[in-house]
Amino acid sequence: MKFTLSWLKDHLETEAGVAEIAERLTAIGLEVEEITDPAAGLEPFIIGYVEDAWKHPNADRLKVCQVSTGAETVQVICGAPNARKGMKGVFAAAGSYVPGTDHHLKAGEIRGEASNGMLCSERELGLSDEHDGIIDLPEDAPVGESFAAYRGLNDPVIEIGITPDRADCLGVYGIARDLAAAGLGILKAFDRTEIAGSYESPMAWRIDEHALDGCPYVAGRHFRNLTNGPSPDWMQRRLTAIGLRPISALVDITNYVTYDLGRPLHVFDAKTVKGDPTMRRARDGDTILALDGKDYTLTSDMVAIYDENGPEGIAGVMGGEETGCTLETTEAFLEVALFDPVMVAETGRALGINSDARYRFERGLDPESAAWGVHVATRLIQQLCGGDASTPVSAGTLPKPERRLDLRIARMTRHSGLEVPVEEAEEALKGLGFETEISEGAHGPMIHTVVPSWRHDVETEYCLIEEVLRIKGFDSVPARALRPSEALPGAAIGLQQRRDAFAKKVLAQRGMLEAVTWSFMPGDLAILFRADDGFDRAAMTLANPISADLDVMRPSILPNLIQAAARNADRGAGDVALFEVGPAFRDPTPTGQDTVAAGIRAGKTGERSWTGPVRDADAFDAKADALAVLEACGAPVANLQVSLDAPDWYHPGRAGTLRLGPTVLAWFGELHPGLARKLDLRGRAAVFEIFMERIPKPRGKSGGKSRPLLKTEALLPVGRDFAFLVDAGTAADALARAAAAADKKMIAGARVFDVYEGPELDGAKSVAVAVTIQPTEKTLTDPEIDAIAGKIVANVEKLTGGKLRG
Amino acid sequence: MSIDADALKTELLSQIEAAPDLAALDGVRVSALGKKGRITAAMKGLGGLDPEARKATGQALNAVKDALAAAIDARKDVLETAEMNTKLEAERIDVTLPVRPEQRGKLHPISQTIDEVVAIFGAMGLSVREGPNIEDGFHNFTALNMPPEHPARQMMDTFYLKGEDGEADMDRVLRTHTSPVQIRTMQSEKPPIRIIAPGRTYRSDYDATHTPMFHQVEGLVIDKDINFGHLKGCLQEFCDAYFEVDHVPLRFRPSYFPFTEPSAEVDIGCSRKGGELKIGAGDDWLEILGSGMVHPRVLDYCGIDPEEYQGFAFGMGIERIAMLKYGIPDLRTFYEADVRWLKHYGFAPIEVASLERGLTP
Repeated sequence: MKFTLSWLKDHLETEAGVAEIAERLTAIGLEVEEITDPAAGLEPFIIGYVEDAWKHPNADRLKVCQVSTGAETVQVICGAPNARKGMKGVFAAAGSYVPGTDHHLKAGEIRGEASNGMLCSERELGLSDEHDGIIDLPEDAPVGESFAAYRGLNDPVIEIGITPDRADCLGVYGIARDLAAAGLGILKAFDRTEIAGSYESPMAWRIDEHALDGCPYVAGRHFRNLTNGPSPDWMQRRLTAIGLRPISALVDITNYVTYDLGRPLHVFDAKTVKGDPTMRRARDGDTILALDGKDYTLTSDMVAIYDENGPEGIAGVMGGEETGCTLETTEAFLEVALFDPVMVAETGRALGINSDARYRFERGLDPESAAWGVHVATRLIQQLCGGDASTPVSAGTLPKPERRLDLRIARMTRHSGLEVPVEEAEEALKGLGFETEISEGAHGPMIHTVVPSWRHDVETEYCLIEEVLRIKGFDSVPARALRPSEALPGAAIGLQQRRDAFAKKVLAQRGMLEAVTWSFMPGDLAILFRADDGFDRAAMTLANPISADLDVMRPSILPNLIQAAARNADRGAGDVALFEVGPAFRDPTPTGQDTVAAGIRAGKTGERSWTGPVRDADAFDAKADALAVLEACGAPVANLQVSLDAPDWYHPGRAGTLRLGPTVLAWFGELHPGLARKLDLRGRAAVFEIFMERIPKPRGKSGGKSRPLLKTEALLPVGRDFAFLVDAGTAADALARAAAAADKKMIAGARVFDVYEGPELDGAKSVAVAVTIQPTEKTLTDPEIDAIAGKIVANVEKLTGGKLRG
Repeated sequence: MSIDADALKTELLSQIEAAPDLAALDGVRVSALGKKGRITAAMKGLGGLDPEARKATGQALNAVKDALAAAIDARKDVLETAEMNTKLEAERIDVTLPVRPEQRGKLHPISQTIDEVVAIFGAMGLSVREGPNIEDGFHNFTALNMPPEHPARQMMDTFYLKGEDGEADMDRVLRTHTSPVQIRTMQSEKPPIRIIAPGRTYRSDYDATHTPMFHQVEGLVIDKDINFGHLKGCLQEFCDAYFEVDHVPLRFRPSYFPFTEPSAEVDIGCSRKGGELKIGAGDDWLEILGSGMVHPRVLDYCGIDPEEYQGFAFGMGIERIAMLKYGIPDLRTFYEADVRWLKHYGFAPIEVASLERGLTP
């Protein structure tokens, strides 16, 4: 919403300057977004009188002008064709900055004649592109005065943001009312006296009964003998200042009243309207050429103004071109209507039209404006265009909503933390137009109010509290510290958030960079990363994606990380380790979202070094990452099983699942090379996905944190290594488990430390297992150790078919 | 035959001193003190002497024996040290070589910022709640006093999933703010309530200052006596702590949100002199969050009696306050996963944002 300072002062009697007004506007919730001063930079330009002018002795097209500034006479060389003796123009002295040409004037000589200033064109002042001649001012222009003041340019333009609830401030008058209530001046009532008609209107307003919910009331009247022409300078200046283009008096009046009083109007050229204009539901498929020069197709959800020729206006949104006013218009018909805000909003949205009228109608008008709007418009039309006005006509019923609300002062104090005396609260509300009455209730004083017709946003007692607080100023409320209810508040985060944080810290400690990527991704990519348990692409597709490649909620974080790795590789960083801890989506329900820690290590595991060769990141890097996170989060990593059923986006032979029985905690492995190629990622990559919520919760005994007593054995552990020959397909992990299970009492651990495969082994492989035997009561004798070794060999053979290598 | 112990001593000591290495020294030891050594042989010869001479010579030989043993040990030390020095010299390496490469990871500024926010509000007794990113219309809109015809529910701001008919399903919305977590909390917990809800939010907007996904932190404090003054105090203390500036100028500006009444946008004082943004100084203002007293209708929707309970709520952009505090110029770079950016703006994982340790590095 834009307006000028002088426009505001039409409605507000105040001594306040623009800075004070701006500060108060923001303080009462009408946030000032910009103040522009059109006169800024025009200070040096004054009105000059060309006392004498003659042809330059050394140049055909130049003139030597003697310009009076009121204080002195200055010689100026001017090349403008219209420069002449006796004219008044705009003069800038040497040294002035000329905005249109971006340079400082210098005194000097032009072809031997002194020149000490300049007579300016509009372009040189930055006012327009006009440069055919210098500005030619009327004879009565006051010599020596500021040109900006003379032109009315010294009127700052204030632009404020209006929140959607404050429809009443979409007119300058409403803004003045708020400022007056806030103590910045006195509101000047505008003239709403009724103007009687001098003849019977030849046209009547009608509302079809099916359109009454979209248009409850419309009023207007007929005008004749009008003279339409340009609107007066003052009106053109104001409209231009706020960015509107003056068109003709009749059109400018509708725009002016829209901005001045927040009351949109429409004026038909009455001679082009056939029959009585009627508000009706549009017929599906009817088309209208609107005032913006475009054709629109209407639907029955919309209300349109019809005459016998068809639709002539889109209700609350835009008028029609065919019946619009022109400079030739001599008879007019006025429309001052009320429309349903939702209907207008939906119509405007469906047609893609943003207009000043729609903006106001969809936020809700003061219904009373449909009554006074007719007379305000009539007054301006008769002032500017003369002619006669008919008796007013109307259709429908003017709604008279009356809302009564009570404000309990004690409630206001409790809610706001500010003690406001009841009289001050009443004064604030009165200033805003509320009717008020104070009474003493059981719990102290209260104010009974009648909400003004233009404040349909005020619906509850809380709204009254806000109004009082707004006018008193939020600054007046004392800040109070929010103390925790106990001196030492409990933990701010829970187990899940703690674990997410652990995952991030562990992965970053392991050299990976944390990324945050979009929750959506290309649908074609998403379906390559959906787990078997049903990801319904259609159900996870956005109806209105920001772009076609961000259209499906991600079933996995990996594709984003893979693409990020590829992008980094394109920038020369091919060896990257990235991770993200965030949501992945299975289905659109509130429980269909998992927190996943996913990571990728692409390229080499490190830089080249004199200490040893570099190697590609592989499945064991990813496995180590996954295990590190799981361990940090308290998962029983020693009990995890590794199964070979990682999903399709993993390398079929180089990936695994970390699980606890049926619960999958993580997948790890090499990215499927085919997919890597498809995603333009060169080389191999190790990836993992950890399902954070599936990690078992700790089972502390009755929530205690006490650890079991440390048991240290006095006797030295005994180490024995075994090498087994097994079928090459046997999981090494199975051998270690079989060895460890051979004597659970004596064997403290078993770990695979070497694997050998070679042609001489004939399809088998050799797996070496280091077993730790921990004596507890006495040192073991050789025969006792041999007995345990025997059990190990037997159990491994029994469970895996592995034979001790001779 | 007489035994000249002194001559023997002198001769053997000079041999010990002359031994060039440990092997030669051992040879001298054997030739002197071994079974067939000179001293041993001399000792054997004592039997041929008269008792007087035998005693004197025996004592002299023993003294020589001790002196030789001591000389051998001393010489051994010298030779061993020399040998060690030669060996160590041969082990010399070039310590100016670089160390084995290690990769240093970093945490994203969003993680660090959320940690800081949680640390500060945690000290005021607020604890973290989370909610789903895909919300229903009730939690994202209706319960926040945005009825179905409300402009905020229109397609221009909000991402919807497709329904079975292929059209937008108005009940499957990517949450446009973290406020639905307020609703879920009030529905499932009894007042007093003090929570914050950081998380991802989504709006259909993509330009220099808007991304289709961003992060917010929601705050909600509900009790019998929480008023607008507490909102001001809470946010003042937050801003002072977060920006690590004593008494950041704050401006509470009346505004409009459907779910609060009164509503306030909060600006922080800053200076933009010379193109550099400085928080807490100067005469310019920068909007950082929206806030207000929870609308009675919202409490009603959640089964909380607005005559008994009241409180405030606020919502703040995580990226925005991260950009302000850490001088990160461009919002869009947060999501590009450019390793150069992550290394530059990221945080060491050992950082633990807490008030007692200091919030930030």
